[in-house]
Amino acid sequence: MLMGDRGKYLGLIMGLTFAALLITQQSAIFTGLMTRTYSFINDLSQPDIWVMDPKVQFIDDIKPLQDTELFRVRGVTGVEWAVPLYKGLLKARLEDGNFQIVNVLGLDDATLIGGPPQMIEGNLSDLRRQDAIIVNDVGAQTRLAKRPKEAGGKTTPLQVGDILEINDRRAVVVGISRVSRTFQSQPVIYTTYSRATSFAPRERKLLSFVLVKAADGVNLKEVAQKIRQGTGLAAYTAQEFKDLTYNFYMKSTGIPINFGIAVMLGFLIGTAIAGQTFYNFTLENLRYFGTLKAMGTTNGVLLRMILLQAIVVGVLGFGLGVGGAALFGYLMRGSELAFRLVTEILLLAGGAIGLIIVLSALISIRKVMKLEPAIVFKA
Amino acid sequence: MESNGNAVYLRRVTKTYGSGPSRVPALRGVDLDVPMGEMVMLVGPSGCGKTTLISVVAGILDHDEGDSLVFGNDLRAMSQSQKTTFRGTNIGFVFQAYNLIPSLTTMENVAVPLLILGNSRRAALNRSKDVLAGVGLGDKLSALPATLSGGQQQRVAIARALVHNPRLIVCDEPTSALDADTGRMVMEVLRQTALSENRALIIVTHDNRIFNFADRIARMDDGRIILVEPQVATS
Repeated sequence: MLMGDRGKYLGLIMGLTFAALLITQQSAIFTGLMTRTYSFINDLSQPDIWVMDPKVQFIDDIKPLQDTELFRVRGVTGVEWAVPLYKGLLKARLEDGNFQIVNVLGLDDATLIGGPPQMIEGNLSDLRRQDAIIVNDVGAQTRLAKRPKEAGGKTTPLQVGDILEINDRRAVVVGISRVSRTFQSQPVIYTTYSRATSFAPRERKLLSFVLVKAADGVNLKEVAQKIRQGTGLAAYTAQEFKDLTYNFYMKSTGIPINFGIAVMLGFLIGTAIAGQTFYNFTLENLRYFGTLKAMGTTNGVLLRMILLQAIVVGVLGFGLGVGGAALFGYLMRGSELAFRLVTEILLLAGGAIGLIIVLSALISIRKVMKLEPAIVFKA
Repeated sequence: MESNGNAVYLRRVTKTYGSGPSRVPALRGVDLDVPMGEMVMLVGPSGCGKTTLISVVAGILDHDEGDSLVFGNDLRAMSQSQKTTFRGTNIGFVFQAYNLIPSLTTMENVAVPLLILGNSRRAALNRSKDVLAGVGLGDKLSALPATLSGGQQQRVAIARALVHNPRLIVCDEPTSALDADTGRMVMEVLRQTALSENRALIIVTHDNRIFNFADRIARMDDGRIILVEPQVATS
């Protein structure tokens, strides 16, 4: 019956599509954004354990350690190797005199452990050259790009051989890397630990993290525990550090609430549109439901009829909404927009649409179940 | 209780709507017998209780007091589910506003009672084709109700009421939305195709142009049957 009323049928599908689209899209952006909060930890696949000041709450919350802590960590049983990592936000002066905040990562001079996951131009070992830095491709093409000399002209991406000044120190681009986009979205610059600490303003403590590889066959959590006990520092496995970072953003920022409101809005609007349309359809067709009842249709059959119609529009709305969100994500790929569509989001959207159609159908079902077939004799 | 072989047997049937000061007595002790093979018309002014009476007879409304037997079955003693099954098997309905489901073709509309009874779709559609041909609409099988005239829609409704061979057909103002010629044609179809030895018809109507199709006319007023007159039916 519902499908015979094109206007309501399409209106219902549109309402559910809108709800599924909004819920999926906002959840995918939220997930993408939250993934970016620990993308740097993901990019560093070599270390098993991250050691840091006990007060650190997330990856960008740098509370530097004394360099001597590195040696204390190396002395803990179960540690195969431990290397220093500098991470800090520094000011880079561009060719045109403008300044740009960059995320500088200083890798262990000897091993260069912690380097970018992919090199597009140059080699990681080029960092051993004088004043060498490696810049990420997005940073090179956007914030660090050279401004056009004439108004309206195109910017020129930073290239190998170009020179920057970081905190008044000369830095030569020797490579272009590709890294996962980070939450703060500043350009990422890799260099050696000693050079990074020379770029950084003078401070007594400069060591951001100690990256640890556990010996083969040992339990990572046990090693982390030993490091905590032996040094008094915080030591987390990579997964624990990701969780710590993720939980900080979840609990201490307004991001989940903002996205939660958008998702809830999608749910409520979808419920309102679908519920009202479904109810109107039921009201307009009460005469036919009454006729079917009078002719001997049981409440069970009518219930199944309504549910089938609700499921059909629900599946169509869900498919179109999720498809639309996926298309949106596909079209926005490579842009700054964080978008990560995972199975859990599909389940969430599916559950939400399922709930919407159940709520919408329930109102109609109640009306039809209580309907007196005697209504058919009212003209 | 004995129904004396009548399709419908009513004695002292009462029905009141509402309660307290807003009570409205609709039936005040109705006696009526409708034998098999007979077409009985219930006539009377608006609000006299005609619709309430056929609702009680059709098992879609429970009466308050009195005896009501349809084919010897006391409908008030049945559960809702038993009544629903009883209606589906034994009663056909023709409504004033036709009540054809707009999104279904005529053939599908006619097949609905058979589908309710659990017939296969193919068997139901085949049977509905035959019945539609019987009411002169064999060429309108795939038409949607909105594309048919009022008379054609009412003939589809008659086919729907007949398709499952019910023993009682209840019609509510079947001609009141039709012009005189179309109304007469619909009544001819009803008499020719619906009335048989194994079936009874009860028709509620205001339309005095069709009184001559009835075997008997039961006149109602103020919740009572005040007169039952035999007629000489025209066909």
